[in-house]
Amino acid sequence: MNTEILGILATFLIALLLALPLGKYIARVYAGEKTKMDFLFNPLDRLLYRISGIDAKREMNWKQHMMVMLTINLIWVLMSMLILMCQQWLPLNPDHNPNMPADLAFNTSISFVVNCNLQHYSGESGVSYLSQMWLMFLQFVSAATGMAAVVVLFKAFKARSTTQLGNFYTYFVRSCTRILLPLSSILAIIVLFNGTPMTFDGKQEMIGLQGDSVAVSTGPAAAFVGIKHVGTNGGGFFAANSAHPLENPNYGTNMAEMVGQLIIPLAMIFAFGYFIQRRRLSWMIFGVMTIGFLMLAIPNVMQEMNGNPALTAKGLNNTMGAMEGKEVRFGAAASGFWSIVTTVISTGSVNAMHDSTMPLSGMNEMLAMMINAFYGGCGVGLLNFFIFIILAVFISGLMVGRTPEFLGKKIEAREMKIAMIIALLHPLLILAGTALTVTMPALGRATVANPGYHGFSEILYEFTSSAANNGSGFEGLGDNTPWWNIATGVVLLLGRFLPIIGPVAIAGMLAEKKYIPEGNGTLRTDTGTFGMMVFAVIVIITALSFFPTLALGPLAEHFSMP
Amino acid sequence: MNTAQHKGLFQAALLGPAFKAAFRKLNPKTLLRNPVMFTVEIGTAVMLLVCIWILAGNNTQGSLAYNAIVFFVLFLTLLFANFAEAIAEARGKAQADSLKKTREETPAKWVQPVGEIFVNEVKIIPSSQLKKGDVFLCEAGDIIPADGEIIKGLATIDESAITGESAPVIRESGGDKSSVTGGTKVLSDKIMVKVTAAPGESFLDKMIALVEGASRQKTPNEIALTILLAGFTLVFIIVTVTLKPFADYAQAPITIASFIALFVCLIPTTIGGLLSAIGIAGMDRALRANVITKSGRAVETAGDVDVLLLDKTGTITIGNRKATHFYTAPGIGEEALIRAAVLSSMADETPEGKSILELAGKDPLQYGIEHPEFVGFTAETRSSGINFGTNRIRKGATDAIRNICMQAGNLFPVEIQERVNHIAANGGTPLVVAENNVVMGVIELQDIIKPGIQERFERLRKMGIKTVMVTGDNPLTAKFIAEKAGVDDFIAEAKPEDKMNYIKKEQSAGRLVAMMGDGTNDAPALAQADVGVAMNSGTQAAKEAGNMVDLDNDPTKLIEVVEIGKQLLMTRGTLTTFSIANDVAKYFAIIPALFITAIPALQHLNIMQLHSPQSAILSAVIFNAIIIPMLIPLALKGVAYKPIGASALLRRNLFIYGLGGIIVPFIGIKLIDMIVSLFL
Repeated sequence: MNTEILGILATFLIALLLALPLGKYIARVYAGEKTKMDFLFNPLDRLLYRISGIDAKREMNWKQHMMVMLTINLIWVLMSMLILMCQQWLPLNPDHNPNMPADLAFNTSISFVVNCNLQHYSGESGVSYLSQMWLMFLQFVSAATGMAAVVVLFKAFKARSTTQLGNFYTYFVRSCTRILLPLSSILAIIVLFNGTPMTFDGKQEMIGLQGDSVAVSTGPAAAFVGIKHVGTNGGGFFAANSAHPLENPNYGTNMAEMVGQLIIPLAMIFAFGYFIQRRRLSWMIFGVMTIGFLMLAIPNVMQEMNGNPALTAKGLNNTMGAMEGKEVRFGAAASGFWSIVTTVISTGSVNAMHDSTMPLSGMNEMLAMMINAFYGGCGVGLLNFFIFIILAVFISGLMVGRTPEFLGKKIEAREMKIAMIIALLHPLLILAGTALTVTMPALGRATVANPGYHGFSEILYEFTSSAANNGSGFEGLGDNTPWWNIATGVVLLLGRFLPIIGPVAIAGMLAEKKYIPEGNGTLRTDTGTFGMMVFAVIVIITALSFFPTLALGPLAEHFSMP
Repeated sequence: MNTAQHKGLFQAALLGPAFKAAFRKLNPKTLLRNPVMFTVEIGTAVMLLVCIWILAGNNTQGSLAYNAIVFFVLFLTLLFANFAEAIAEARGKAQADSLKKTREETPAKWVQPVGEIFVNEVKIIPSSQLKKGDVFLCEAGDIIPADGEIIKGLATIDESAITGESAPVIRESGGDKSSVTGGTKVLSDKIMVKVTAAPGESFLDKMIALVEGASRQKTPNEIALTILLAGFTLVFIIVTVTLKPFADYAQAPITIASFIALFVCLIPTTIGGLLSAIGIAGMDRALRANVITKSGRAVETAGDVDVLLLDKTGTITIGNRKATHFYTAPGIGEEALIRAAVLSSMADETPEGKSILELAGKDPLQYGIEHPEFVGFTAETRSSGINFGTNRIRKGATDAIRNICMQAGNLFPVEIQERVNHIAANGGTPLVVAENNVVMGVIELQDIIKPGIQERFERLRKMGIKTVMVTGDNPLTAKFIAEKAGVDDFIAEAKPEDKMNYIKKEQSAGRLVAMMGDGTNDAPALAQADVGVAMNSGTQAAKEAGNMVDLDNDPTKLIEVVEIGKQLLMTRGTLTTFSIANDVAKYFAIIPALFITAIPALQHLNIMQLHSPQSAILSAVIFNAIIIPMLIPLALKGVAYKPIGASALLRRNLFIYGLGGIIVPFIGIKLIDMIVSLFL
């Protein structure tokens, strides 16, 4: 078999094999059961609780959980803006980078807090090392926020009938110390040994092959690269993100970084099954997500490997695949595969320029973010998927002649209302944002690098990436303008917190309801048939919402190709 | 009334009024209840304005004919949806009218009260003047003018007008059979009845009004489904509205007709148009089974029932126990036993007593007994019998007779004890007969299980419903019958509070319980049960407590009610799936049509090879309109329920309505396009 394809398969299998035991470990961590690492983490957690004055034993209902979540997130946004806007005067700024303007600081702060990391600045010249380290901290806590939120949902389905859903702070702290910190350290060490810098020195002089002197930006990048993938954040230390040789030095690190971003979203699926003792349900979720993932990834790999027919038509050699915007050390297959891994999961780090992928690859990347529930980001992927489960349960529950129920809880008008609002929100943010931008040529068309359908795709991609909290860019877009910074900032906020609160609220309400034991007539949700139903609901809702828009962007571009 | 079941779905007499009602329902205020169809109405109005605009000279929106056709098709869509609801209501109303006919004005023999006592001065007044609390008299041949409770007397009554059952029934004052229904006919004797509800306001009248749809309220599940549909409608509002700037950016102008067509085709009009018809049809189907439901909600809940409480007598077994064998005690001749048994049952009016005479085949009078003194059954003695001369014959429960014999110093034969145990273990009831304190033998009474009941329980088990038999029998007998009939559990030696406790226990475990009852005793349990079906012959209290009334007084009706509930929910689910799945094909018809002129490359998306943009859009809206009337029969009849397990059922329905919903419109739109393109 083609070694390029073998490399992709190996990456996915390694991630899956690691995710299975990790899922079990994560379930034990959140259930408060003993693990082998307790000797190290118990004192650390206790110290953190003592410093912060947290009562780790206090039980919270879903509303209290969400209040805590919003409060700590608000504080981070404010602190972040303060640091970014004053970085010039703060220590650890060897390259003497200036303060960030307010609109960019607003966008950057929000975008890191919401686990999106849409970067309208470049890491080399836009931020100091202190800011970089602060942003690295945000990459930990934003991932942990999503994970803690989904654990509230885990807990809601574990108990038969309760309002007490554990303590948000413990879920949050445990996510940071026991899951994110060890995993990101491992990845950081791997990339460090492959050449990624970890230093507080400023720019270094280098003499190029042609004899010119180049000032190369360095910094504490290895640690940053670790959490950026493990926490599905995707914010690059350097502007070129993981296409940059210092962030992603070789094919080996490329595999490691892909495994790094896949591992927690995969493990969370299995952790859910272990936690509520329904492992078949995990496999149903995994199956649906994986089929969706493959249906996006396989065409992308094929298209990128086949190359651009426009070039072939001109008689150019296209055997390496569509190499525009790609790094030779990764090749077309690994870049095409990464483009879906990073968009399906809300990472958003890139190892090639998505702007240069084939039109239909670009469409698949957007579709991955429009669905945003095939694996998805740390914790939030499952929360998004949960909304689709609720919709599928509702329709298929009726089809078997019972009023709908999920895991023994009745789905009624209140839950449907929330689920529908959340399902509506995503297309609303993407479509309304894009529509507003294209109606204002000075703010929209003027910032677009390409004319026609591709330019439209650039705008659509930016809003899709923001609403999905993905953070990857189609590039080719002059996005550091007040309009883009503020518009995407608002979309980021809405696209982050409502889709966390909605599912947690539904889970919290269901947790309070009476448990109905499952019988012969009950719809089982851990079967292939139900999986098909969920898949159909996801595909149909997404297709129905975005088909006309995609027809004017990537589809029009694709069919216009020779 | 039963004949109504054999009539077709669309009776000619109903079509006219339904058609008129379809127009009446165009009133936006009425339509507001249905968000999906309301937005279609707005779209239709916009199209009307576009047509007027073109008449006024605008030429950017295409030809007048094309726009007028789009307007006309949208208008038809609205009418079809309204018609679906109207026809369902008309059917309900027709059903209700036939019920009401039996309750028309009849003369009432009003008993005039004088002070505190009622004197027997009877005045004839029209039934409409009766008030609650009034007392009237009914004699043989009279039609009972209002619902009431017998306060004096006993009568045989022909209830066929309501139940369709020709055999007369006996109603008497006191006890559980004291309730009479207006419109039924007294065949014999004379009763005094106290009005429990004024004519037109009786319990049944109120329930009939519900069926007619006038005071129908949306059920919880209907509300949730409406939210889902409204959500989809909102998504498509967003999609359609934002498409305008997108199309402008791509320099692909879109006409208003195309926008409206896109929107109307995408929103779930099929299920939106049929939703209320499905709900009404569900109650109507219950009514056709002669069950009046207090609310649509009750029918919906019936589909969810997990536990069914069924009385043994009449449901699982035919009527009452019957004597099947005489077993003599050692040294007693069979003739002697039969004589004793027959004599002791001479005055026994219970069905069991009568069945003993039947089995013996002897006329008690042939024994020529003089001066008999009958001893009735009491709960204390637990035996009954006859005294004549020096003879004292008793028959009764084993331990009661044993006590009598032992007290007289006689032995209770071991053989009899063994026989008794044997009978009980086989589900029979032993009655021991003793003459002058000497055991003569045992009569075996057996329950006869209804033919075919095992299969029904098997069907229920496959639905995931647990069946529970309620009986006054001892646990041994109950167990035997339960096993033989195939019920999952039983309550033996049941007292009314046992039923109640059982229901509460199941409910606290989260299960939904359905039961049927008739007596005042049953009222609390009926109220406690999630689905309580009261028999029409039952007391007023029982009828008020339950949420359905069965006019046939048929205890097996519960099983049908559950299936009706499941059908109702399934019809909603499958039509929703079908409606949403339809959108895939509609997209492939409309999206290329919208953009082909400006972006010829998108011709590749026109996978159906539709003739032209205009024919594509017309085909899509026409398909969208005519699919509604085509599905009305399914909405009214309901999707057939098959007890094959939830997963298999989902697979089956997903295949038929999901996959079918994707494929059918591709074919339908293509066919319509072929026809439409002939005219363009």
